[in-house]
Amino acid sequence: MKVAVLKGGRSLERGVSLRSGARVEDALERLGHEVVSIDAGGDLVKRLAAGSPDVAFIAMHGLGGEDGTVQELLEILGIPFTGPGVASCARCMDKILAKHELRDAGVPTPDWFAFNETAFRELGAADALSKLEERLGFPLVVKPSRGGSALGVKFAASWYEVPEALVSAFSYDNRILLERFAEGRELAVSVLGGEALPVVEAIPSGGDSYDFEARYEIGRTDFICPAELDAADEATVTAVALAAYEALGCSGFSRVDLILTADGPQVLEVNAIPGLTDTSLLPQSAEAAGMSFEGLVERILELALRPAAA
Amino acid sequence: MEETPHRRRAHTRTRDLERYAGLFAARTGVMRSSAMRDLMAITARPEVISLAGGLPDTSTFPAGTFAAQMTRIAQESTAEALQYGPTEGFAETVDCIVEVMGAEGMLPDPDDVIVTTGGQQAIDLICKTLVDPGDVVVCEAPTYPGAVPVFCSYQAETIQIDCDEDGMRIEELEAVLAQLDGEGRRPKFVYSVPSFQNPAGVTMSLGRRRRLVELARQRELLVVEDNPYGLLRFGGEPLPPLYQLDGGDFVIYVGTFSKILSPGIRLGWAVAPPPVMEKIVLGKQASDLCTSTLTQHFVREYFAEGRWREYIDDLVEIYRGRRDTMVAALRDHFPAEATWTEPEGGLFIWATLPEYIDTSDLLAKALREDVAFVPGQAAYVDESRGRSSMRLNFSGVDEEEIREGVRRIGKAIAEQVELYGALTSDSAASSAPAQSRESDVDATGLPRPGVAARAKDGGDVLPFRKSGEGSA
Repeated sequence: MKVAVLKGGRSLERGVSLRSGARVEDALERLGHEVVSIDAGGDLVKRLAAGSPDVAFIAMHGLGGEDGTVQELLEILGIPFTGPGVASCARCMDKILAKHELRDAGVPTPDWFAFNETAFRELGAADALSKLEERLGFPLVVKPSRGGSALGVKFAASWYEVPEALVSAFSYDNRILLERFAEGRELAVSVLGGEALPVVEAIPSGGDSYDFEARYEIGRTDFICPAELDAADEATVTAVALAAYEALGCSGFSRVDLILTADGPQVLEVNAIPGLTDTSLLPQSAEAAGMSFEGLVERILELALRPAAA
Repeated sequence: MEETPHRRRAHTRTRDLERYAGLFAARTGVMRSSAMRDLMAITARPEVISLAGGLPDTSTFPAGTFAAQMTRIAQESTAEALQYGPTEGFAETVDCIVEVMGAEGMLPDPDDVIVTTGGQQAIDLICKTLVDPGDVVVCEAPTYPGAVPVFCSYQAETIQIDCDEDGMRIEELEAVLAQLDGEGRRPKFVYSVPSFQNPAGVTMSLGRRRRLVELARQRELLVVEDNPYGLLRFGGEPLPPLYQLDGGDFVIYVGTFSKILSPGIRLGWAVAPPPVMEKIVLGKQASDLCTSTLTQHFVREYFAEGRWREYIDDLVEIYRGRRDTMVAALRDHFPAEATWTEPEGGLFIWATLPEYIDTSDLLAKALREDVAFVPGQAAYVDESRGRSSMRLNFSGVDEEEIREGVRRIGKAIAEQVELYGALTSDSAASSAPAQSRESDVDATGLPRPGVAARAKDGGDVLPFRKSGEGSA
């Protein structure tokens, strides 16, 4: 089969995407497929048209590749592609939209307030910040609505740190959310074709749970898969993750990040196209389920080519 | 943006990291990557105006000269230029080095010189020779970002000493040395870029140079003087290098042809006392046997033409104009609260913004405007420092790009300043009071916004020119 691997692009997560893409290409070649490697740039459509692949494997993260843009182009070109569809990508990429969808579907997600820059610049939203303490408490988490990895995510331990955290978050997007800090175990549930894979737990080795950067550095976080959960917790976590996957209309594969608090799981976000590098969580989960990376890639392709992709 | 067809070695198993994790040396654990470094990775897009690099301008090097030299090498030194050479480097290369150092008043013994693969290898070899895991290395704050990974990879405990306009604060160094004495420890060396420092652009005063050399002698402490930019002076009086003041007993000197000729030829050097040099040579042997003989011939031919000083004069003219352009652009486009250095030479300006601005986040915003710089945290071992500062390069881009690049960064900053103002306005402050300022000097030792002209530490006048009226 002729497979176009889409990677890179202009997003801030270009580096991770190039690593994901390279690894997928290796696997596809070993599986005997013909690979057309495309670093998504101005000539993307031309190259797709010229290459006329049977299917496109999207290994892009962040804006452009994970937000429905590239998916829309592939639909126009009539090329089947891996992972969730246009609408689902758009929902997952936008954390504010995603959280509304999750809440409407009854999926637990930490309380939040969302603002755009205009609210602060022109409508005096800063005066409403005093309501935050009673509704969200401190510490709270400030995030850009559309952002990948930990970029622009800041903890505010008190009032004093809120304006600075907002300035950082607004550097990535003109919409941000202030979210209640959910304390508990950090879990990731990868979903493949509507079925949950073994749960991964991330344990920061430094012990400082406020250090978001640590989560993305090799050696500063230990990943345990399958996570050591009792049967009841595992069932609840898995059920909540699948509910989140469905609420956002995902298909093919995705990864649900959540915190297991004392009061049960809280979904932080759903990554429409999670990383596929050698340190990424989806491949780890797949392996824990007895599936090699090649097996995972082959399965993702199958799901993309299935007539009514679930 | 086409990827060339690749034939990467096929992995046979997943979870490759797991597979190799048990094999990694402990030193790899401190080799860092971070979100900021990932951001830097995307500054290489062709449409980005990059003020992030440390690139000298190589576009004015005469093509005719280049061609003639390479032809002479090919015709007259074929065998030698293609062969291995001595680990210490060719004697002829060392003659060129002695000539370059002589231009700054230094008289090294040619036997004390080793030719290295760039100044970077000299730093690496010095660490390899002197540093065991856990040893203390002292450097400036901020320091050359390229030195940080070297110190980390040798597992040094790095202590950074704040800088002001007169370079490293020697009194602070003395305090640190005294504290280490109390713990029964001493640093293996003090690393400094005394002239037109990378990244701060500041130059160590003569008084401090003398004091540092004196301290080194009293305490038998090694100082590593890294001097890539000394000859690139645009104004003011030349100052004697530490090596000259010391005579080479306790100062190990690092030099390079990168900024006065070409970084592509990868030629640098170290000068060290004979017992230290002996070990450095052994280390170099283990690393790469010898420095490229081809490019050593290139340098020999180039110096034989006798125009090397004129070429530096040309570079100085170009860089002076670019520095002036950048300073003018900073006045026009950076906010009133920003401060920056105005270097008398070298390649870099260090700008410091209001402390609520994190320059790594600003970089993400700036990249949307297709402009890049180096966030200040890259110049610190403790990455929580330098968060509000940035390094701006003025040597690698032309004046029009400098103006446009600074304008774009200024626009991104202005938006952040305005937003912060809206968030901490009087009415907002009643519910979310603005953070109190506890000190006029932030953790970097460089001045906080708005205090640029205030005297501190008994006449140690903080240097950084305040921006003009043109707050964006």
